[in-house]
Amino acid sequence: MSIVDKIFKFNGGIKTDTRKTVSTSHPIKKISMPKKLILPLRQHVGRVAKLKVNLGEKVLKGQLIAEADGNVSAAIHAPTSGIIVSVEKQSIPHPSGLPDYCVTLIPDGKDTWIKKDPVNWKKIGREETIKKIYSSGIVGLGGATFPSHLKLHNNNNEIKTLVVNAAECEPYITCDDMLMREKSVDLIEGIRLVLHLLGAENAIIGIEDNKPEAIEKLTVLVKKDEHISIKVVPTIYPSGDAKRLIYLLTGTQIAKGKRSAEYGIQMFNVATIVALYNFINLGEPSISRIITITGNVTAPNNYEVLFGTPLSDLIVDAGGVIKKSSSFIMGGPMMGFKLPSVNVPVTKAMNCVINAGSEMVENNSPVLPCIRCARCADACPVTLQPQELFWFSQSNQFEKAENYNLFDCIECGCCSYVCPSNIPLVQYYRYAKSEIIGERHAKEEADIARERNDFRLHRLQREKEERAKKVAERKANTSSDEKSKVIDEKRKAITEALERIKNEEVSEK
Amino acid sequence: MLTSVLIVLFLALIIGSILGFSSIKFKVEGDPIIDKIDSILPQTQCGQCSYPGCKPYATAIAKGEADINQCPPGGDDGVRRLAELLGVEYKPLNEEHGNTKPKSIAVIDESTCIGCTLCIQACPVDAILGAAKHMHTIIEKECTGCELCLPPCPVDCIDMVALQENTENWKWKYPVFSIKNQKQRVSP
Repeated sequence: MSIVDKIFKFNGGIKTDTRKTVSTSHPIKKISMPKKLILPLRQHVGRVAKLKVNLGEKVLKGQLIAEADGNVSAAIHAPTSGIIVSVEKQSIPHPSGLPDYCVTLIPDGKDTWIKKDPVNWKKIGREETIKKIYSSGIVGLGGATFPSHLKLHNNNNEIKTLVVNAAECEPYITCDDMLMREKSVDLIEGIRLVLHLLGAENAIIGIEDNKPEAIEKLTVLVKKDEHISIKVVPTIYPSGDAKRLIYLLTGTQIAKGKRSAEYGIQMFNVATIVALYNFINLGEPSISRIITITGNVTAPNNYEVLFGTPLSDLIVDAGGVIKKSSSFIMGGPMMGFKLPSVNVPVTKAMNCVINAGSEMVENNSPVLPCIRCARCADACPVTLQPQELFWFSQSNQFEKAENYNLFDCIECGCCSYVCPSNIPLVQYYRYAKSEIIGERHAKEEADIARERNDFRLHRLQREKEERAKKVAERKANTSSDEKSKVIDEKRKAITEALERIKNEEVSEK
Repeated sequence: MLTSVLIVLFLALIIGSILGFSSIKFKVEGDPIIDKIDSILPQTQCGQCSYPGCKPYATAIAKGEADINQCPPGGDDGVRRLAELLGVEYKPLNEEHGNTKPKSIAVIDESTCIGCTLCIQACPVDAILGAAKHMHTIIEKECTGCELCLPPCPVDCIDMVALQENTENWKWKYPVFSIKNQKQRVSP
């Protein structure tokens, strides 16, 4: 193990009351099989998965339910054996609260596995293994849900360093911490596997200093491994953000619009690495994850649950809500969003659900005007100018907001946290971002429409010309004599026909 | 005297040849202002502006024949952008040309459709699929919502359906606060 001491501190960030210990006193729990599992077809970044089962079909645990559609997409597998009973729009965990297409599976209680197909990664090549991972349905389990197979390609052998994101900087969330405590062996094996797949040389595990148990366990395991090192970073939110953590650990700043791979660095979350390990070694696709249920519940805990498990089941198992709390937040208190209701399924993105009192969701203190104190700029880990971005966003000056690098904002919420005027800054940035994205989309559609219209006009013109050409050719080919002959014949035929009809009419009468 | 005349003549010759060369070499095809106007127009190709498409309208604006406020699908925003581009005063949308409606797409009632192909011929962006005496259908992604297929349909089987918000096209809303609530909290 090599010890790298230097930590490169990023700008700003905040120290929060992390409240992590409330959910770490018990081991990861499993709950009894739910009555039904609801699997949204969109659980990842990219294109919606393509449905591969029929209504009433019996499926086995781990069977493909929907396959990845194109490269940027992820498959969905049956979390248990049972029957597919419906494919319809249902409430999903999405900030809009709008329903989306989901597959409902009624478990048969037998939990029968389909034939598992572990990947012999030592025998088949890297590319072959990555191809298999494409069908595993594994996405980034830190919450970003980006299909993992895309991040494993290392075509030009440019990636040298694997950064393992174990920071888990958001308050309340402890699922990665508990995973590292209980599955540390799998994690380290998984890191070795990913190192092999990437063809990278060394791995750095970046972990915040508020997880001493996990650090201890991992340190013991990597003691003799010279390729894997552990780097403990101070607990400052948002050290778990990809670019922030890479800077903390390596001092490399990723420029605007670039990817970390171009700097020889690739990052995976610990839970994703364990999922990859399970898929390769045991042949188990992505069907479950660890999730923290915390906040105002009687027994906050971490659960290993199947995807599609109704969140309400978990809340009941966690002892139910303590006081009359208003809402549930998915993700952490800094970046999470309010769930439409508790009747949503657990998805690949759901790392934590906090039962929150109104103090966390609503802005109880009055929102006052911006006094341009620039505390937000001091706190911004991306070194943006949040006060300017706020000004442009709230006045719909999107172009200017973009010029001030609005899209580099990671929506970490540090600015809103420190704002003495209680302005919900991130809400403005989200609004401005989605307006700009909507505008870009409209522009793309307009460009397609223009192209199609141009082509249609071109086609009509061409048809017209072709017709004119044909007529001219016919004219040229048939001399006037022949033409009059043809016309005479036609006329004769018409008069004959008319006479015949007349005669018939007369005879009928 | 003679030298100065020669120098001036010489300079004129050089500058003239540079200008002549660049006028051939860097010749701009088409009128860039038309393309700039066209890129602001929404490309619905609906003809509500009284021109047979967005490009002809853009050409008319560039020539000064048409006003900038004749495009209902572009809406107020579109007029504002055109005004900014052309350096003219903003004007409210001319209601003679229609009102801005939420974006919708055409939907064919396929059980009523008789397969006459009239709508296919009317569609400015070839977004209708079908053949004579066969059912027609709209390619949702390509439909601009121009409504030009509605009048030719002999059996009135095309409806305009406003686009619904879904998880893909949903946008974060402008933050709103209830002022009443806030006031109560401010006053002790």
